[in-house]
Amino acid sequence: MITISHLTKIYEGDGQRVTALEDVSLHIEKGDVYGVIGMSGAGKSTLLRCLTHLERPTSGEILLSGQNLAALSGARLRAARRGMGVVFQGYNLLMQKTVAENVAFPLKLEKGYDKAAVSARVAELLELVGLGGRARAYPAQLSGGQKQRVAIARALATSPGILLCDEPTSALDPLTTKAMLALLTNINQKLGVTILIITHELSVVRAVCTHVAVISEGRLAESGAVPDVFGRPQSDVTRLLLGREPVDGSEKGE
Amino acid sequence: MAEFWEQYGALLADSTLETLYMTFGSTVLAYVLGLPMGVLLTATRRGGIAEAPRFNALFSWLINILRSLPFIILMLFIIPFTRMIVGTSIGATAALVPLTLSAAPYIARMVEQSLEEIDAGVLEAAQCMGATRRQIVTRVLLAESVPSLLRGMSISLITILGYTAITGSVGAGGLGNVAFRFGYQYYRKEVMYATLLIIILLVCVIQSIFDFISRRADKRNR
Repeated sequence: MITISHLTKIYEGDGQRVTALEDVSLHIEKGDVYGVIGMSGAGKSTLLRCLTHLERPTSGEILLSGQNLAALSGARLRAARRGMGVVFQGYNLLMQKTVAENVAFPLKLEKGYDKAAVSARVAELLELVGLGGRARAYPAQLSGGQKQRVAIARALATSPGILLCDEPTSALDPLTTKAMLALLTNINQKLGVTILIITHELSVVRAVCTHVAVISEGRLAESGAVPDVFGRPQSDVTRLLLGREPVDGSEKGE
Repeated sequence: MAEFWEQYGALLADSTLETLYMTFGSTVLAYVLGLPMGVLLTATRRGGIAEAPRFNALFSWLINILRSLPFIILMLFIIPFTRMIVGTSIGATAALVPLTLSAAPYIARMVEQSLEEIDAGVLEAAQCMGATRRQIVTRVLLAESVPSLLRGMSISLITILGYTAITGSVGAGGLGNVAFRFGYQYYRKEVMYATLLIIILLVCVIQSIFDFISRRADKRNR
């Protein structure tokens, strides 16, 4: 689905040079629920911005369904972007539009869209995320969890193969978090959508992810299936996240 | 009182209409010029959706220069241009030309300020959904800032209403002309007071109407 190879992103400006990501390689299979976990400032958000091509990587390559993102521009980049849904940390909903209009937004970007088809699709999506009754509400009238659901419905509107979620639960209370994760699992299983979750919460990865990549200071610490990585952590940062003692450099292994 | 209205009522009514014509006419025309200018300012700045920092700096300077010309100087300076377009430099329609040219760069800044209120994250979201730049401008930037644009428009209208009084003093008609002629030249105080009263009323009415519409249009606070 997505192959990231040797991705490096360096921000330069005002004589400063910040390496946000260094030589990160990942492979996400179709159907995975892939967690990317790390502390604040580890480079998780930069990774997401590179995946959506909001930032151009300094070097390295991102293949989305075999397509090299860096080689695309204009209409082909827009088409590739419609193949992925993004759920932003701050929801980024259109505040002057209703819930239904927000979900319809990506569908109405296409030339000559069918009005009836769009409203049927919007109703279906709102039903899926459990907001069937709030179609005519405005985002300002919704709770955080409800806004998140609108954001998910909107991201799924174009039937993308992959859903990218940036800290989908960081602003939610524990109960809402649980419901949100159940929804994501449901989307993965029912629709077969691959999901990438950026998070700093271990519990999120434990609850829903099949695979995980641990990122620390812009580098990939380790990655693999969740039971393997959390069962036999190889890096200090993973052990730290798990709340265990870091391994002394001289005696590696359990 | 009745005698006063009999004598000046028609004059005041005509002048009010002239003032409204100049105010609304030039505001509409100034938005035709100023709105795209404001969009261009916002889109081309660093981090904007059509980033072009050098052009932005140049364009911004140009707008500053246009804005710093005192209105009365601009009005006299462009008389040949006004004649070319309208055929005359006297009257309410002729006044539209300097009013529009002077208000457009001001409106560009008002529009820029409104558009800057839109969260960059929302623009990025639209970009990720595959929106073109044009779609981002019309469906996100402009659509999301409608309430703020309306508030800006009320400020522009009232500012331009003030400027019509200046054009009035050089023969463009309107309430400014009446106030100037009767208050200053003939010294008929009550006529001047009546025009002032009408102008105050116009300002209050315009402000209340726009406050009402922009509150109704804003879906953020309900």
